[in-house]
Amino acid sequence: MAGFLVRRLLNYAVLVTVAASLAYLLAAAALDPRSNYADRTPKPPPAVVDAQLTALNLNDKTPLLQRYATWAGGVLRGDFGRTVTGAPVNEDLKRRMGVTFRLVIVGLICGSVLGVLVGALAAVRQYGWFDRLTTGLSFLVLAVPVVVLANVLILLATWANENVFGRHVFLVSGEYSDGLTAGFWGHVVDRLQHLILPTITLSVGLIAVFSRYQRNMMLDVLDADFVRTARAKGLSRRKALTRHALRTALIPVVTYFAFTFGALLTGATFTEKIFGWHGLGEQLINSIFSNDVNTVAAISLLAAVAVLAASLASDLLHAALDPRVRAG
Amino acid sequence: MTLSEEQLAEELSDGAAMRVPSRARVVAARFFRSSQGRIGFAVLALMFLLAFAGPLVSPWSYTDKDFTAFMQPPSARHWFGTLQTGADVFAVTLRGMQKSLVVGLLAALISTALAAVVGAFAGYFLGWTDRTLSWLTDLLLVLPAFLVLAIVSPVFGPGQWPLFVVMLALFLWMVTSKIVRGMAISVKQREFVQAARYMGVPPVRIIFRHVIPNLSSLLIVDATLNVSTAILTETSLSYFGFGIQPPDVSFGTLIADGSKTAVYAPWTFWFVAGLLVVTVLAVNLIGDALRDAFDPSSSRGRR
Repeated sequence: MAGFLVRRLLNYAVLVTVAASLAYLLAAAALDPRSNYADRTPKPPPAVVDAQLTALNLNDKTPLLQRYATWAGGVLRGDFGRTVTGAPVNEDLKRRMGVTFRLVIVGLICGSVLGVLVGALAAVRQYGWFDRLTTGLSFLVLAVPVVVLANVLILLATWANENVFGRHVFLVSGEYSDGLTAGFWGHVVDRLQHLILPTITLSVGLIAVFSRYQRNMMLDVLDADFVRTARAKGLSRRKALTRHALRTALIPVVTYFAFTFGALLTGATFTEKIFGWHGLGEQLINSIFSNDVNTVAAISLLAAVAVLAASLASDLLHAALDPRVRAG
Repeated sequence: MTLSEEQLAEELSDGAAMRVPSRARVVAARFFRSSQGRIGFAVLALMFLLAFAGPLVSPWSYTDKDFTAFMQPPSARHWFGTLQTGADVFAVTLRGMQKSLVVGLLAALISTALAAVVGAFAGYFLGWTDRTLSWLTDLLLVLPAFLVLAIVSPVFGPGQWPLFVVMLALFLWMVTSKIVRGMAISVKQREFVQAARYMGVPPVRIIFRHVIPNLSSLLIVDATLNVSTAILTETSLSYFGFGIQPPDVSFGTLIADGSKTAVYAPWTFWFVAGLLVVTVLAVNLIGDALRDAFDPSSSRGRR
């Protein structure tokens, strides 16, 4: 097991290095930070622009490989370089990671818990009205892209604010209101008001996926021998289902949870951008538009690490939860 | 259930010279017996009809501007209303729909073909071929697809959408190829492949003649579901300006424009969003019904 883990980690380290390097080279070759200076008035003299770009390690007159070496050297020391405006990338990303983390963890927990509940209930009464309803709804949800869902929610929320509540109950932009003077609870309520819509956007899709997944897992174990044994030794149906069937059916879902979390750290891009949360995903889109090579590279490095760490975590969780994997 | 029925049918028709139906016909019959399959197929056919025959009956083309009606709600003159520029929403939406459907279909076909070839080669040859291909697959899985597509997007100038399709397909094939690889390993052990090998058929020919055709049911279902994935991805990318570029329109660009004006001009947003959802829903239903048709023993709706 230890040898397997070490080999896996080494493989991952190589993958992350290659992926991040490719992302840097691609970004450095395709994006053009020099164009940021072109439409400034008064136009800065070329020598100044060159000096600035060189200081930021963004000068396209320096050979690409030399820029890459400087960048890679910095990354090895834990320094991702500077953004196009000269601020350190590290500081910026640290703050943004917090924002993304808050958004994703709430959305993921809501989505997975509700999804598992819905899926398990649907499986227990297979082909009942609840099963049919949730199957239909999840098909519908899986056909709605995030950009449409988020915009529909915003439209509904503005309509509800105007016509139902008569005041701003749902806030559609940002993580909190600037310059709010309210007590502690005022701030909590304000944050919740901002949190509701993005969380719904993130969780609705997750509920659909998790419930389909959980339903199939549950159906597989419902007729299994160990559930029948549990019933035979005198457990009530409810107890046999929750203690034995649900617990076993949860194993794959838990591993899927870990994997989704890693993917969502940068996968919440659309949600963040549309709702104006200043997280990693939003910065990814912004940095591409502002030709910010160092930030793009840093975020892709983080994304690669997150995906691999998540897949490792889901493998380990699977091994820890499922005795058959441990034995084999 | 199906098995016992088949056995029963076999026993009943014992002796009578019965024509053995082809597999394609059996699958098609099963597909159209399920209401999911029927509805999905009918809706998608209707969508195609609308996208490609609709412009013929519309009085306006997507380039026409009606300078007497800016931002007008739906009326007899403009069925879906008009945009700020005076363009007819119905005509523009159908134009975007054509592009989205074509992009989705092509990207799905390319990505599934790629997955089949890469997975089959890796699974058949194993050894170094497998290690290299699997590593490449892992690398593409790790590299955020959205990032690469977004960085490369300046290259997709106007009229360059086929390039966009290829790039889109390049990021859809990895998971399927892993599944194909696993199945190719087991198909390789089957008697007919062994027989072909001992008869001296070259490996590449075995892969295309024997291995890939035997995985066709998986590949067809995968291609279908990839159509919806491709349409959804295209929409998201185009929404942020990273996909289809301005003179061309697609669902994504239309939804991006529409969402800005949706509050006071709902017709610019809801028609195109609705058509998108219905199209993807139909494709998903077809994929699901196909999966059941190919493999009746599989539990329904597994993703």
